[in-house]
Amino acid sequence: MKILATVKRVTDPDMKIKIKPDETGVVTEGVEYKMNSFDEYGVEEAISIKEEHGGEVVVVSIGPAASTKELRTAMAMGADRAILVETDQDLDSDAVARVLTEVVGREEPDVIVMGKQSVDSDRNQAAQLLASYLGWPQATFAFNVDISDGWATVGREVDGGTSTKRIELPGIITADLRLNEPRYASLPGIMKAKRKPLDTLTPDELGVDIAPRVNVLKFEAPEEREAGEILEDVDELVDRLQNEANVI
Amino acid sequence: MANVLVVAEHVDGVLRKVTRSAITFAREAAALTGGNVEVLLLGSDVDNIAEELSTSGVSRVLYANDPAYAHYLAENYAPAIAAAAEEIDAAIVCSPSSTTGKDMLPRVAAKLEAGMVSDAISVENDDGLKFRRPLWAGNVITTVEVVTPVKVVSVRTTDFEASESTSDAAPVEAFDPGTGAADGVEFVSFDQVKSERPELTDAEVVVAGGRGLGSGDNFEMIMKLADSLKGAVGATRAAVDSGYAPNDWQIGQTGKVVAPQLYFAIAISGAIQHLAGMKGSKNIVAINKDPEAPIFQVSDYGLVADAFEVVPELTEKLQKVLD
Ligand SMILES: Cc1cc2nc3c(=O)[nH]c(=O)nc-3n(C[C@H](O)[C@H](O)[C@H](O)COP(=O)(O)OP(=O)(O)OC[C@H]3O[C@@H](n4cnc5c(N)ncnc54)[C@H](O)[C@@H]3O)c2cc1C
Repeated sequence: MKILATVKRVTDPDMKIKIKPDETGVVTEGVEYKMNSFDEYGVEEAISIKEEHGGEVVVVSIGPAASTKELRTAMAMGADRAILVETDQDLDSDAVARVLTEVVGREEPDVIVMGKQSVDSDRNQAAQLLASYLGWPQATFAFNVDISDGWATVGREVDGGTSTKRIELPGIITADLRLNEPRYASLPGIMKAKRKPLDTLTPDELGVDIAPRVNVLKFEAPEEREAGEILEDVDELVDRLQNEANVI
Repeated sequence: MANVLVVAEHVDGVLRKVTRSAITFAREAAALTGGNVEVLLLGSDVDNIAEELSTSGVSRVLYANDPAYAHYLAENYAPAIAAAAEEIDAAIVCSPSSTTGKDMLPRVAAKLEAGMVSDAISVENDDGLKFRRPLWAGNVITTVEVVTPVKVVSVRTTDFEASESTSDAAPVEAFDPGTGAADGVEFVSFDQVKSERPELTDAEVVVAGGRGLGSGDNFEMIMKLADSLKGAVGATRAAVDSGYAPNDWQIGQTGKVVAPQLYFAIAISGAIQHLAGMKGSKNIVAINKDPEAPIFQVSDYGLVADAFEVVPELTEKLQKVLD
């Protein structure tokens, strides 16, 4: 079975994000980057599918040259090879999906595992767009995946509870946070990853026009909440809720 | 081409209130585009919902009543929505930014060759339509424009009031998308967390517990406090991961977004990913034994105390006030 997993280089989710004074983006100096958290779950799932069914795990990233670091991390976890579609432009989800459509056309995987969203742009679109462009079924927000007889049975985290869906492969699965425990890269894994193949392509070479359908015009900080008061005791809290906030 | 199409969301034969917030967004957008708001209802024998929608502030209800829509599947819903959008010449297609909306709308966008905005919190006309949306776990707000003729939008429903019911009813018309059921996909089950409590996203009061509670049993006191205020119960990711609470309770960047009148954060540290889902609450009460916990930086009222001591006391004293 050939499994394709996607990896995005994002700002470390634990870092404080600052906005450039001219509101054209976020400050990148001194910022640390890592693999999108949801992609870690996706890569882990791809590797465990391979461990169960055999085959190959190919990881793909779209982004700047520095994204090779995250691709090496995925290979250190156990992916077999990597493809970087190099661009310094910040693509919208549609362009990401169209680039991936071309990569999928070349690679012909049986299953694609992606993170359900990236923790920087928070859009939650690319996998579903890709599924539509490929005409494939999708199972988003997975917390459980079971593959047999050419179908994937996927438990999904949805509003109101959980749901289960079956999709015929080839299909796309997106990882939610409770899908698995991503493994750490072992030292031998890291050494081995250095020699694993990493191909670099460009959107141009894939024949994809990456002009965005959604333009970002301005970046702003949200309104900050002001810290309130620390109260003495429960009586004071009840009193304030009743007589100041008027919510009781 | 200026109409706005809203896709209704329902569960268990009941219209989800988030749909009414999406209708409010749609009305604001339609006021800018000069079009009508029409709502698409996909379902099987949900006439009661069609009727309810007819007085929800829309100009028409398109009702696709078909067993193929009895259970939600993105692969079946997306083509039907795209067909309805074409039928009414929609400039904007929207639905709540629920798990269903997030799942299906990108497929609709792909079919309509439309750009999509996720989690819109506003729409305005400033030399063309502009939308605002949060990202980076709510630490950044961007203003975006969609360059395609059709625009697909998932609506962050906490930022729009639910549309009020009207006395006149809009027409309900049968709609046949003619798109059929997709191959290679099967609905198996929906395991609903049954609860007498209000839905998290609708509740006026939310009582949320964190990992500091230490066990699922200890969530009992959270539920008691919630019940005394007729509120909903929420949790952090850490509490859900630890098995103290069902996934459906998770509030935050990757869970639900809530904005009640009153939010209790109990034994919750206040990680940015959690704040992303509750910062919009009108009043925030934090109870944490650590005076340095970041949650106190966003709370209106804080108690530095052991939750096990003060939560039962609070429940009891609130109960007295309420009685
Ligand atoms: C990609 C990503 C997405 C995420 N998405 C979400 C999300 O959607 N929602 C979310 O909530 N988190 C999310 N997280 C996790 C988030 O970063 C935090 O780990 C999580 O919110 C912490 O939960 P907590 O506050 O319950 O636990 P902790 O951070 O462990 O805090 C427990 C708190 O309880 C207090 N405490 C302990 N005992 C008591 C007591 N007896 N009385 C009073 N106080 C007590 C402690 O002082 C502490 O402040 C995400 C993380 C990542 C990386």
